[in-house]
Amino acid sequence: MLSLTPPIEKLPTGIPGFDHIANGGLPRGRTTLVSGTAGSAKTVFAAQFLSAGIEQFGEAGVFITFEESPDALRRNMVGFSWDIAAWEEQGKWAFVDVSPQPESEELVRGEYDLGALLARITYAVHRVGATRVALDSLGAIFTRIENSKLIRSELLRIVAAMRSMGVTAVLTAERTQEYGEIGRYGVEEFVTDDVVILRNLIEEEKRRRTIEILKFRGTSHQKGSFPFTVIPGEGVVVIPLSAIELKQRSSNLRTRSGNDDIDRMCGGGFFRDSIILVSGATGTGKTLMATTFLASGAAQGERVLLFAFEESRDQLFRNATGWGFDFEDYEQNGQMRVICNYPESSSLEDQLISIKKEIESFRPQRVAIDSLSALERVSTMKGFREFVIGLTSFIKHQEVVGLFTSTTPTLLGGTSITEAHISTITDSIILMRYVELFGEMRRGLTVLKMRGSAHDKEIREFIIDGKGMHVGKPFRTISGILSGQFTHTAPSEIERLGNLFKDDSGGV
Amino acid sequence: MSIIVLQLFIAGRTPRTEHAIATLRQLIELRLTGYPCELVIIDVLTDPQQAEERHILATPTLIKVAPLPQRRIIGDLADADGLLAALSLPSLPLA
Repeated sequence: MLSLTPPIEKLPTGIPGFDHIANGGLPRGRTTLVSGTAGSAKTVFAAQFLSAGIEQFGEAGVFITFEESPDALRRNMVGFSWDIAAWEEQGKWAFVDVSPQPESEELVRGEYDLGALLARITYAVHRVGATRVALDSLGAIFTRIENSKLIRSELLRIVAAMRSMGVTAVLTAERTQEYGEIGRYGVEEFVTDDVVILRNLIEEEKRRRTIEILKFRGTSHQKGSFPFTVIPGEGVVVIPLSAIELKQRSSNLRTRSGNDDIDRMCGGGFFRDSIILVSGATGTGKTLMATTFLASGAAQGERVLLFAFEESRDQLFRNATGWGFDFEDYEQNGQMRVICNYPESSSLEDQLISIKKEIESFRPQRVAIDSLSALERVSTMKGFREFVIGLTSFIKHQEVVGLFTSTTPTLLGGTSITEAHISTITDSIILMRYVELFGEMRRGLTVLKMRGSAHDKEIREFIIDGKGMHVGKPFRTISGILSGQFTHTAPSEIERLGNLFKDDSGGV
Repeated sequence: MSIIVLQLFIAGRTPRTEHAIATLRQLIELRLTGYPCELVIIDVLTDPQQAEERHILATPTLIKVAPLPQRRIIGDLADADGLLAALSLPSLPLA
C-alpha cells in the first residue's frame, strides 16, 4: 500500500495580503529565502514576519541580525509601531546579535565552523519557545567570513537544525540586479526550497515595489509579481490584485443619483454595490454630478465619502454651496467626509491603501472619486490598471455605490486610458460630451451602459444652471457626438429616414 | 607582567577543538613558561548564554581577555608559531 506523506502545511505570516498570494502563508517548518536589492524592504519583511506572529498569533520569534545592531533595529522598527524592546521583556522576541562589533577585530588562524552561531540560535529558540525565526542577512555573513564554501555548508547545517526544531524561518539575501540571479553568491537557492523576491523597480521614473513568490517546493502559490508598499505604522502591505476573485454580490436595490432625469435615464437609479463611471471633458459637469450624488445621499441620512484629487476643499465646498448643498453642515453631522490631496503626494499603492482604510473606518453608503484620471498621472499604465481593479473590487465588497469621474483628454469626443482600463469592470458608464451645434457649445449626455437594467439609449442635451443639472431632449439633427466628428442632418432627411422603417400600417 | 587570561570557546569535543586546546597548551608550557596564565574553556553547547554575551560567531574562538588590548582569533590556531604575536603578547626568552 502507498503511504502518503502529509501535504505541506502553511504558516499564516500575518503580513497583510501576503498570505493571500502565498495561498495561506509560508511553508511551515521550512526556511524561505527572501531576496532583493538594497532598499527593497527585506529587513522590514523579516521583522514583520516576527512581529505579526507575536501580535496576531501569539507566536514568539528569534531575530538573528548580521547587519544592523539590535539597538538600531529596535529604533528603526518603532516607526511601524512594533515595540521590540517590550516584546523582549515579555519573552516573546529574542535577538541573536551577530552584527559587527566595532571593538573586536578578528583574526583567522586555521579551521573553524559556525558552531557557536548554531548553538546561540538553538538556545534563543528554546529560551522564548519560538516558532518563527528571521535571519538578516546572508550577504552580511559573506562579508564577515570569506570562505563561501564553509558558509554554504554551515548554512545548510543551520537550516537543517531549524527544520528539526520545527521553526518556520525567513532568510534574507541581497541581489545586485532586479532580474537575473536570485542572489549574488550563487549559493542562496540551494539553501532553501522556497524563494520570495522583493523588487524596487523604476518604471517610467516612478518607484514601484513588487513581490513575487518564485517557488514553494511541493506546494502552491499565486504566480507573478504583486505590488506592495511599506506604510508607517504597519509595515509591508501586499496588494493581491490579480488574486482578487470575482465573487462580489450584486444587489437589485436602487439608489437615487440625486438627479431625477439621470435616474430616469438609468432605468430608476444606480444599483447598490455598483460602480458608475462618469466620463467627460473638463468642464462638462462631472464634479457637479459627483456632488449631487453625494449630497442626495447625505440628505437621505446616508454616510458619504469624497476623495478629491483635483480641487481643494474650499473650492469644492464653495461650488456645492453654489448649487444649494451645505457640505459643511453634513460634515459636522458626521455624515460626510471629504479627503482632498494631490495625487502626487504619495504612490498609487499608498493611495489605494489609504482609500481602503478611509472606507473601512467611515463605512459610507456612497463613495465618489473625483477624478480617477488625476491618479493616472502619477503611475505607470500597469500600476494604474492594478489600482483600478483593486479599488473596484474592494468597493464592491463594501455594499456601497461608487461614482468615479474620469476626464477625457480632448474636448470633443475621445476616450481616456482610464476608461480603457476601467470600462469593463464598471457597471454603468455615463458619458458627458461637448456638442458643437451651429457655432455654439452645448452639452450632451448618454448612458452608455447600465449593467442589469434597461436604460435610455439616446444622447440628450443637458444644461447646468444655479440649481444643478437639467437633462432635456435628445439631439436629433446631429450625429457623431461620441467620436467628436459631427455631421448635421437636415430635419427633412430625418423624416424621410423615419418613414423608411415605418410599419406598413395596412399590410401583413 | 600581569596575569594572562585566555578564553577558548568551543562547540563540543571535536578534532578541531582538540587541536586548538593542544596548541594552546603547547604555547603556555613552552613559550609562556613561568608566567601566571589562566585558560578557561567554554563550551557553547552547554553555555550558550556566554556565547551570546560575548558575540561569538565561530568555533573555536580564542579571546585574550587580559592584558589589554583584547584579541580574538577564530580557528583551530594552526600551530603555536606566531601565535604570541597574533595575541599581542611579547615573545619571551625560552627558559
